[in-house]
Amino acid sequence: MPTLETTFAGIKCLNPFWLASAPPTNCGEQIMRAFDAGWGGAVWKTIGAPITNVSSRYSSIDYNGVKMMGFNNIELISDRPTQTNLDEIAEVKRRYPKHVVIASLMVESNRESWHDMVARAEDAGADGLELNFGCPHGMSERGMGSAVGQVPEYCQQITEWVKEKARTPVIVKLTPNISDIRIPARAAKRAKADAVSAINTINSITGINLDTLQPNPMVDGKSSHGGYCGPAVKPIALNMVQQVNSDYIDGDPIPMSGIGGIGTWQDAAEFILLGSGTVQVCTAAMHYGYRIVEDMGDGLLSWMRKKGYETIDDFRGLSLPNVREWKNLNLNYRVVAEIHADKCIGCQLCYTACWDGAHQCIHMDRTEGTAITFAGTDPRYAMHQANPHNMPTPDQRFAQSIKAISTTPIPKLDLDNLGELGPYATPINRIPRVDEDECVGCNLCSLVCPVPDCITMERRDDPTIPAQTWAERVAAGVVPTGVSDANHGNPNHQ
Amino acid sequence: MSEPTSFYAQSPTPGEVSARFPDLHPAFEKTAAVAEAHRCLYCFDAPCMSACPTHIDVPKFIKKIATGNLEGSAKTILDANILGASCSRACPVDVLCEGACVMHRYNKQPIEIGRLQRFAMDALHESGAPLPFNPGPDTGKRVALIGGGPASLACAAELRRRGIAADIYDARPLPGGLNTYGIAEYKLPLAESLREIDLLSQLGVEFHFNTTVDAVKLAELESSYDAVFLGMGLGAIHKLGLTGEDMPGVTNALDYIAGYKSGAITTAPAKVAVIGAGNTAIDAANAAVRLGATEVTMVYRRGPEQMSAFSFEYDHAKQEGVQFLWHTVTTSLKGSGKLEALELAKLETTADGSLVPVKGSEFTLPVDLIVLAIGQATHTEFLSGDKVKLERGRILIDRATGQTSNPRYFAGGDCTNGGREVVDAVADGKRAGIGIAASLTTSAGAPGPDSRTRASTTVSASGEQK
Repeated sequence: MPTLETTFAGIKCLNPFWLASAPPTNCGEQIMRAFDAGWGGAVWKTIGAPITNVSSRYSSIDYNGVKMMGFNNIELISDRPTQTNLDEIAEVKRRYPKHVVIASLMVESNRESWHDMVARAEDAGADGLELNFGCPHGMSERGMGSAVGQVPEYCQQITEWVKEKARTPVIVKLTPNISDIRIPARAAKRAKADAVSAINTINSITGINLDTLQPNPMVDGKSSHGGYCGPAVKPIALNMVQQVNSDYIDGDPIPMSGIGGIGTWQDAAEFILLGSGTVQVCTAAMHYGYRIVEDMGDGLLSWMRKKGYETIDDFRGLSLPNVREWKNLNLNYRVVAEIHADKCIGCQLCYTACWDGAHQCIHMDRTEGTAITFAGTDPRYAMHQANPHNMPTPDQRFAQSIKAISTTPIPKLDLDNLGELGPYATPINRIPRVDEDECVGCNLCSLVCPVPDCITMERRDDPTIPAQTWAERVAAGVVPTGVSDANHGNPNHQ
Repeated sequence: MSEPTSFYAQSPTPGEVSARFPDLHPAFEKTAAVAEAHRCLYCFDAPCMSACPTHIDVPKFIKKIATGNLEGSAKTILDANILGASCSRACPVDVLCEGACVMHRYNKQPIEIGRLQRFAMDALHESGAPLPFNPGPDTGKRVALIGGGPASLACAAELRRRGIAADIYDARPLPGGLNTYGIAEYKLPLAESLREIDLLSQLGVEFHFNTTVDAVKLAELESSYDAVFLGMGLGAIHKLGLTGEDMPGVTNALDYIAGYKSGAITTAPAKVAVIGAGNTAIDAANAAVRLGATEVTMVYRRGPEQMSAFSFEYDHAKQEGVQFLWHTVTTSLKGSGKLEALELAKLETTADGSLVPVKGSEFTLPVDLIVLAIGQATHTEFLSGDKVKLERGRILIDRATGQTSNPRYFAGGDCTNGGREVVDAVADGKRAGIGIAASLTTSAGAPGPDSRTRASTTVSASGEQK
């Protein structure tokens, strides 16, 4: 039986699911309910310098009727008295000794303040410390949060101060609001941090109210850039997590607690496959409550069982070798789109997407018994010529359609009617055809197709041609020197 | 001339009748409409658009609902179908747009296109805004339109958008033809038909009511107009050819439906028989139930497989509690002074396919009212001589332009197609309006609709030029 129990930077965890430092971890009462729901750990809402919050604080963007695809906030760190937070940490640890409580800290940038706060948090019983070098709003204007994370020297200096004092593992939380997240991660490594966590939220304006012309979230008619998070940021976070976890400068990668748009077991698995030892969740818990952790654990265990993984470490980082620089991708690999006519519903989204957004190689010319041209057999192809076969454009097809005369089928009047009164089957002339010679294998049609497995990408490369990367071509001196060079353009078109 | 007050304000339907005919397909509430709009896949060259005789760009208007652009949504609908509100309620969407929806093949419910269209059109009507089109610059050309139903209304709209005067002549006191008087009130209330026509009169369409066009009147119109559009629909419902058909208690479906919609009929007697099994017959039978009849029976010479009503109409009638007598023929009407019973006989099909009564199968059905719904005759007697070419009473037209064999005469709707749906009449009228405009214009080309309607860079259905 697989287990979710794991050890992160020396901290024993019942499972890899932690609540991130944020409103869901504001107080002990919340965190104890979260532990009851199944969360393995919680990073306490950042404790430190006294602050005052604004009202309102959160905003979000919806997508096609789905709420909160992206979320942002301009809330600062904990607005509760430090001693209250510390007392509650002690209380939680007394009642939930096996659950992980990490104290997130942010104080003024001087050694004494950090030493003092580290000692108090550890005395309260925290299992580890997370240094908030990521908060992008408000605190950064006062020289804290992302103002530290954006300057590697500050990041290193403060981490060193903390490490002088700390007895528990120190996690440095990184900001994504920087051109290369590996730079502050290296600073953390140089300062002997025990782990990093990434990403914090991204600078954002979620939208403008079109009635009032005021941005969201609105505070007395004004707004300020807030930290962006939620499902929309996951791809950005995965990339940054991979970058840090594949970076060997200034030492081997250190443990990573992955953060950014995680809400399901699949999200968690992806962060772990890119090297995360634990994952932290906030927006999804703010949206649906602590209960989401049940399926995160259940689903992850089920997937682990199917894949044969016993522990988190069994699959942690397995996808890292599959992320490469572009120059190390095989230029001789080739796929083309295949539309499975039996599944096609005739929406023609692939057709319009290919014409307007890709390479004009899907056509509406299928009739019974159409011969499909196979790759490399169509002599008409001329490189870089738009629409080389002079196929009708989507606009021309549309103009034909609206000229057609159709009538309501009335059985009594339509003696030649075949009895068809809807719902109708997909007519063959609505099932698109891929011109394999033209298809560059971009995936777009398969991405827009609403029907699962209707458009698949099928491998069509020549088995006699060995794999070759750009780097290898550069080394061999076979790079294009002009646009008419045979090595220029798309490998499908050779 | 146009009435000074709105047609909508003149709706004669009594409240007690309206209350008995609530919407069969209720309006969408806003959040439900937006959620439904988001479900639409936004097909390209969509099958729903092709299936619609007026080729409304359905995905386009639906996505505008999703983005909250309701004004643009209504304009998209009206650009293709000037009676978009009526059609949204009256269309048999199961065999049209919704029948063609790709969602059927995706094991999902089709998009509720009809209700979404109504949502956009209701929003326009509630806003009090005029039609989003201006009349074209005056060309000095004038067209007379015979009949004030959907075909003529759609034709008139196209003419007005091209600066051509459109005068509609109708025998009834209110416009709309069967759209106003002939559609079951639970599908399209009479008042809603009139509300839509009010917008057309703002476009400058002129109405001449209570005017029957006979051969003499037609000659007068022909001499004073540049072209004539024939959109008078079909004629009276066929009779059974039995003794006693003129006695009280015998009526036909068109009179019956027009009667209750206009307030002349407010109740039904206990026992009603409807002869026929088409869509109109079902509307009449359901109306009798709603008006208080306790036993409503439909009598049809063939079986349910042969009935010309759509299957969803048949299902609706069953839900209303209508009874069916299949393979049954009316042999005589019984009653002294008023109808009291029908003599019926069962029919069987012989080897050569003809229907013959089964000996000894005769029986009596006591009824208070019989409603005939066995098809309409044509109404072309006033087209004396060979003014236009006919075929089995229907006017022959070039489907693309609506032009008849007489180049100054155009036609569309039931008088050309034998009796289809409102949307078919609108499509015919639209093509004819464009066709007339083209024929009235010199080599400079047909005048297009006014520039405000052409703002879109995509080709619009009404933008197709001949």
